[in-house]
Amino acid sequence: MSTSKYETVIGLEVHVELHTKSKIFCGCSTEFGAPPNTHTCPVCLGHPGVLPVLNRQAVDYAIKAAMALNCEIGDVSKFDRKNYFYPDSPKAYQISQFDQPIALNGYIDIEVNGTTKRIGITRLHLEEDAGKLTHVDGGYASLVDFNRVGTPLIEIVSEPEISSPEEARAYLEKMRAIMQYCDVSDVKMEEGSLRCDANISLRPHGQKELGTKAELKNMNSFRGVQRGLEYEQFRQAEALDEGEAIVQETRRWDEAQGKTLSMRGKEQAHDYRYFPDPDLVKIYIDQDWKDRIRATIPELPDARKARYTTELGLPSYDAGVITSSKPVADLFEESLKYTSDAKSVANWIMGDLLGHLNSTGQELSEVKLTGQGLGEMIGLIEKGTISSKIAKTVFKEMLSSGKLPQVIVEEQGLVQISDEGAILAIVNEVVAENPASVEDYKAGKDKAIGFLVGQVMKRSKGKANPGLVNKLLVDVLKS
Amino acid sequence: MSITTKDVEHVARLARLNLTQEEKETFTEQLNSILQYAEKLNELNTEDVEATTHVLHLSNVMREDVVKESLPSEKVFLNAPDEEDGQFKVPAVLE
Amino acid sequence: MSLFDLRLQEIHNKLHAKELSVTDLVGEAFAAIGERDERIQAYLTLDEAGARAAAARLDNKLVSGEEKGLLFGLPVGIKDNMVTEGLRTTCASQFLSNYNPIYDATSVLKLKQADSVTIGKLNMDEFAMGGSNENSSFQPTRNPWDLSRVPGGSSGGSAAAVAAGEAYFTLGSDTGGSIRQPASYCGVVGLKPTYGRVSRYGLVAFASSLDQIGPVTKNVEDAAYVLQAIAGYDSKDSTSANVEVADYISALTGDIKGLRIAVPKEYLEGIDPKVKETVLEALRVLESLGAVWEEVSLPHTEYAVAAYYLLASSEASSNLSRFDGVRYGVRADHAGNLLDLYHESRSQGFGPEVKRRIMLGTYALSSGYYDAYYLKAQKVRTLIKRDFDQTFEKYDVIIGPTAPTTAFPLGSQVDDPLTMYLNDILTIPVSLAGVPALSVPCGFADGLPVGLQIIGKAFDESTILRTAHAYEVHTEHHKKRPVL
Repeated sequence: MSTSKYETVIGLEVHVELHTKSKIFCGCSTEFGAPPNTHTCPVCLGHPGVLPVLNRQAVDYAIKAAMALNCEIGDVSKFDRKNYFYPDSPKAYQISQFDQPIALNGYIDIEVNGTTKRIGITRLHLEEDAGKLTHVDGGYASLVDFNRVGTPLIEIVSEPEISSPEEARAYLEKMRAIMQYCDVSDVKMEEGSLRCDANISLRPHGQKELGTKAELKNMNSFRGVQRGLEYEQFRQAEALDEGEAIVQETRRWDEAQGKTLSMRGKEQAHDYRYFPDPDLVKIYIDQDWKDRIRATIPELPDARKARYTTELGLPSYDAGVITSSKPVADLFEESLKYTSDAKSVANWIMGDLLGHLNSTGQELSEVKLTGQGLGEMIGLIEKGTISSKIAKTVFKEMLSSGKLPQVIVEEQGLVQISDEGAILAIVNEVVAENPASVEDYKAGKDKAIGFLVGQVMKRSKGKANPGLVNKLLVDVLKS
Repeated sequence: MSITTKDVEHVARLARLNLTQEEKETFTEQLNSILQYAEKLNELNTEDVEATTHVLHLSNVMREDVVKESLPSEKVFLNAPDEEDGQFKVPAVLE
Repeated sequence: MSLFDLRLQEIHNKLHAKELSVTDLVGEAFAAIGERDERIQAYLTLDEAGARAAAARLDNKLVSGEEKGLLFGLPVGIKDNMVTEGLRTTCASQFLSNYNPIYDATSVLKLKQADSVTIGKLNMDEFAMGGSNENSSFQPTRNPWDLSRVPGGSSGGSAAAVAAGEAYFTLGSDTGGSIRQPASYCGVVGLKPTYGRVSRYGLVAFASSLDQIGPVTKNVEDAAYVLQAIAGYDSKDSTSANVEVADYISALTGDIKGLRIAVPKEYLEGIDPKVKETVLEALRVLESLGAVWEEVSLPHTEYAVAAYYLLASSEASSNLSRFDGVRYGVRADHAGNLLDLYHESRSQGFGPEVKRRIMLGTYALSSGYYDAYYLKAQKVRTLIKRDFDQTFEKYDVIIGPTAPTTAFPLGSQVDDPLTMYLNDILTIPVSLAGVPALSVPCGFADGLPVGLQIIGKAFDESTILRTAHAYEVHTEHHKKRPVL
């Protein structure tokens, strides 16, 4: 059994919640996390007689997102009803777009293992989100919260041009970055403002027609998307090796079990009976409107990355990591107002900052570090005011308190000792107390000096200028 | 095109209706006669005719993104057949 | 003679002269209801306490001299498919038999702002599907002119209540003729405004691209007043037109000299000869007033019913999906799982005609049939609309009968949906074209009222009201009352 016999074909359907203040068809708030059903009204509860009125901001955001994804914006767009019964859908139809979506034919470029690949985007359309079901009574009943109903969503459908779970993850991460740069969504997978379903099939290398696909749902994190697809790729390859037919079905990624499970039986034969919603009128998007939105699109991740490599000389990898999150890239740029050492800023961000965020699971917005703080801290290192080692302490303090480095250094007495006399006194003490190491050094064991430097630094509580310590130690030992 | 009882059963499932055997038979007959009558439309050549979804040519009707007050919970649940913990309660989705 | 035989202006004069109070008017309504509604069965829900409280409030206004609304003090009955906050709204369906609305329809709010007094909610065919009120799941309303006959539908309760003096005026809704046809059967004035003229917000949707709310009154002038009060753009209805509302009352000049009338030959074919003769007589009256009429052809008339039933049923199948028993309505007992809950609640809650149309609409929209049925019907709708557009290039109004026959006996057509659908053959094309039309009493055939349908250009309600008014002031038919 091996997956290498097969070519994997993946297409992603990404849903992005647009962060308008109010819902797409009524004035209820879209705020996340409110008590159940407190953001509802007759319209979003689907009471008899209500009518939808389209939120202009939702259309603006959808056009903006589509432009950022290099799509062609339709001149005419309309809304259709997608009919299906489910308790989270109050009208038993979802207002969506069928044959005249906001946009068609876009693409994004992703980078995997150093190679850039272009993934086509088939379409982008606007629709309303559904409510939320919670299962209770041991699975025999469900509770329905309609707060989320009517949150504006864009659905972005990719071409089946993604060839591996890793590429799928890269595509989704890129999608998140672009949406974040456009400022149309919070794009938080854990809050559901970014969601992803996947179609995946395998076919023997060289085969033209696509294999039978499975639709994968419930992948609630970037890692989940990759793992779910990896599992499914493995499962399908194994089945094909055994000569089994793949069943076209919807499968659910179970994070805890680490596998995909068939949702067969929960599926009714779908026939959505799309037809134009008679309650809504057509949207004509003229050149003025398009121009107005285009003017609001900021520099996107690819452009920023290019600028960082060409203008700032950052390695492509560093530039890629930093630009993959807009807040991180913004912090990076803010820092550069206070220091010119871009590489150093990049190192601190990629090492200490992202390391901290990864290990704590925090968002950048949850730490208090500022660009000014990071930039000035690097300045202090350059000036020799603090050592790189002390800087780590300062950095941690900046994460939690947001204080500027100068203030931290003063409050905690962290200024580097660069007074030769003071350091020499410690060096002499250490040399006197460690005759064995001194002997070793003199016998040609250069490594022994490392131990002695360490002792000096320890005695100075890390504040001694390491360069000076080294120089003075050598002087003393050689004298 | 002629509708069979099987078609009627399929459509009833889509529409979430239970039909008695008698209803199935009546509907099969009646829908057939209505659809047969609708065949009349095929006398007309509509190849180059645009479809009318709206008689008025309205477009770009939109509202500003302004939050309005939502309903108090006593109104949200005034008509609720079953409610628990500020949510609507339904039996589970079992087949 | 009932107080309700007075014209609106006469009532307002009497109120001002303190010869009459709003409490008297409301009392008159409930007295009439008490005396006759057991036989007519027009009302589904009454709000006597609310109406009397409102009357007392308005009577205070009368004393204090505060500004008074256009429909001040007038008792109104509202078709039971317009939601009234706190007042049960059922659409004559078992499914909504316990539904207590949490908001007011825009038209209902506008009536309140105009100081009318809501008496109660009126019977109709379930979810406005039908032309006889026999599809009400509660009771059949009877025609005040002959209790063995239907009042028409679906706004049968609205027309019967006005004819029987159980409300000063009523609101109905018209999708394919549901205001005009019962107005014709009951000998009252019924107006379907241009699509988009009156907000649909709060009107429980049957076919969204066709539904319109309109007045049912005893005379044309009152219809102009009611339309004045309810017409206008509503930001809650994306399909409501942002077109200035004309002054309908001052449009009633009585002068129709030179009015160009088109009479479609298709509207005079295959109809009851007595109805035809009555309509031709009405045309002669109009002619005598200086109008000129010519026979024209609306060649796509014969396709209208088929197109309408496909379109309206398709939209209805989707509009009625929200009645699932999750958030409101009557939920079936003992449903063990969600699918059973849906199936049982809907099957128990809906009557046969509603099910039939849901089935037809679901089928017409389903995979593989959309183009053949729904799309085809939308295209035919375009052709029908063109018939009207072309005719209105040369004529001011189109006139014909409202219905091919007078009111038919209860139970005579219930087993034959297609025949029942064909009763609407003269009103449906107008609905598909979205233009305004009214039915005004133009005489009797075998003792039963006949309605004259006057159709106008989009947003030109003024001209059809002026025409009907000129006709009415020169004839006596509208003054006749059923003996009850």
